[in-house]
Amino acid sequence: MSGILVVQEERGFGRNRFSQEALAAGHVLAALTGLSMETAVVGDKNTPILAETSGTPAATAYAVEHPLLNTYTSDGYVLAFEQLIRKLNPAYILFPHSYQVRDFVPRLAARFDQVLIGDVAAIEAGPSFTRQLFQGKVNARYRHRGDGPCFISIQAGAFRPDPPTAGTTTIYPFVPEIASDAIRTRPSEPFRAAAQAVDLSSAQMIVSVGRGIKNQENIALVQNLADALGAELAASRPICDNGWLPMDRQVGSSGQTIAPKLYIAAGISGAIQHVVGMKASQCIVAINKDPGAPIFEVADYGIVGDLMEVVPAITEAVKAAKQ
Amino acid sequence: MKIIVAIKQVPDRDAPIRIDAAGKWIEESDLQYAMNEPDAYALEEALQLKEKHGGEVIVLSAGPESVGTTIREALAKGADRAIHIVCDDLASRDALGVARLLAEAAKQESPDLLLTGLQSEDLGLGQTGVIVAELLGLPHATLILHVEKTDTGIEVKRELEEGWFQTIQLPTPAVLTIQSGGAKLRYATLMGIKRAKMKEVKQLAAADLASATAPVVVLEQLALPRKQRSTQMLAGTPKETAAALVEKLRTEAHVL
Ligand SMILES: Cc1cc2nc3c(=O)[nH]c(=O)nc-3n(C[C@H](O)[C@H](O)[C@H](O)COP(=O)(O)OP(=O)(O)OC[C@H]3O[C@@H](n4cnc5c(N)ncnc54)[C@H](O)[C@@H]3O)c2cc1C
Ligand SMILES: Nc1ncnc2c1ncn2[C@@H]1O[C@H](COP(=O)(O)O)[C@@H](O)[C@H]1O
Repeated sequence: MSGILVVQEERGFGRNRFSQEALAAGHVLAALTGLSMETAVVGDKNTPILAETSGTPAATAYAVEHPLLNTYTSDGYVLAFEQLIRKLNPAYILFPHSYQVRDFVPRLAARFDQVLIGDVAAIEAGPSFTRQLFQGKVNARYRHRGDGPCFISIQAGAFRPDPPTAGTTTIYPFVPEIASDAIRTRPSEPFRAAAQAVDLSSAQMIVSVGRGIKNQENIALVQNLADALGAELAASRPICDNGWLPMDRQVGSSGQTIAPKLYIAAGISGAIQHVVGMKASQCIVAINKDPGAPIFEVADYGIVGDLMEVVPAITEAVKAAKQ
Repeated sequence: MKIIVAIKQVPDRDAPIRIDAAGKWIEESDLQYAMNEPDAYALEEALQLKEKHGGEVIVLSAGPESVGTTIREALAKGADRAIHIVCDDLASRDALGVARLLAEAAKQESPDLLLTGLQSEDLGLGQTGVIVAELLGLPHATLILHVEKTDTGIEVKRELEEGWFQTIQLPTPAVLTIQSGGAKLRYATLMGIKRAKMKEVKQLAAADLASATAPVVVLEQLALPRKQRSTQMLAGTPKETAAALVEKLRTEAHVL
């Protein structure tokens, strides 16, 4: 068994940055293990992502081609990558931790009697792989045991993409065998929910509320602060799941990604799926009663306290300052 | 439809998490426990399907004796019966080890649908349901918000990133992992709580289901996360901290 295989994801919509970060993680692992790195993507040799890849040294790329892979299905992808992995026999296989990867890679790994080490945020000597437990409150270092291939997925934003360097990548086609009746699911084209009424991405200031608010009536407290600042109101997922605020105010991986000048998080714990949506904000203020809440890891200013008291006090202070 | 819902008991979200002295696991002695949140949505989806199409909802949970409280909660909300895989060494099994237990127990029931949460709030692996599908040789779909029965199987609404969705048609039997927020959760009624006491909870010993194979992934060390920014903590009464904050936002951060 040899080498590192980084599987990239070409996306019709959204960011290929995910894949570049996985390549960067592959380079970290290559430096630690002395192994060489190859890359693979579903698509033909003209797949746009392969043009981005040449120039970041991965001397070999596999374009995994099959008409039944034109639309993503877990059955199709599991079959295709099972065959590619059996052919190349890599020691490590890295993926970006996308929804697609969550969907098929655990199944692919199980086919090799392996489990995916998912959502990895750091790779260190050993090699050891760090991922978060308890909604980001604890980091855990894992090791792979035994001699099967090791499956890893890389957390969004954890590795900085490598700057492009000179170099060329040789692209080989790989055509897996897939019978059409092996694909049991029939997916539709992706669609968007009704047009977004609120565009949080253009707001200069956002006050965002999480489950610490306890009930819908209390949201008025946070609305008051937003009004005093002239800010937009946003929320973490559970608030929208509960129907307390509409979906288009949700910040995070399944909501909006924003980078305002000021982001105030009130009663939000700071789970990674929330943080990826707001950590690019210029100035982050966190209000939480738990000093160990992960939101404080990304905050510029932190207040440990009860938001029911702290938020109205800030509203008053803002009003006073504006007079 | 015969539906199995896999439900995990996890430390309560607001419970303080402390790492043990050896740095190998957390202090469990003073923890409160609750039903994993996405699993509550999986249960809700199952109960609604049963209300529309008839059938049976069976709760499946692996863990020590103490998970009995979470099982009763699910029965009180309306599940018909439960299977409890009694297992004291959950933490030493990897996702494949847990999935093997769940798959073996599920196989004996031949359900039309097996629902899991998309991810546990403690380990956050997001894998167990998908692995169970592989072990049972069933098709699967993940991040599901809604399930409709069709003539040939089911049609599901799947969440994609950044506000996108798709629908997927699958034949049954199938495995689905359920995302939070697809339906409104019900509360257990007093009557439900009373009835739950009479419902069947079948206990299976983990050792009888699947031999404990050595995990392929092992946890070496726990640590507190490192800060990504240098956070200034503001202390004092609410009034004092509020004044200090506004002052800093104006003169230091220049955002007001
Ligand atoms: C695939 C996937 C996609 C997801 N997408 C998103 C997404 O787009 N956006 C998103 O936000 N989440 C998303 N999530 C959910 C995410 O994992 C977390 O569950 C969620 O962000 C938690 O929201 P919260 O911080 O409001 O709630 P909790 O985690 O319950 O935190 C509540 C916080 O409030 C604090 N608190 C309680 N009472 C008070 C008080 N009186 N005063 C001050 N503080 C108090 C508590 O200490 C706690 O830290 C996703 C999850 C998955 C698996
Ligand atoms: N011990 C368990 N008992 C029952 N269901 C479980 C158990 N562990 C995981 N699951 C199910 O698998 C889902 C995903 O868990 P995980 O793979 O740990 O993120 C959970 O939401 C549960 O539905």
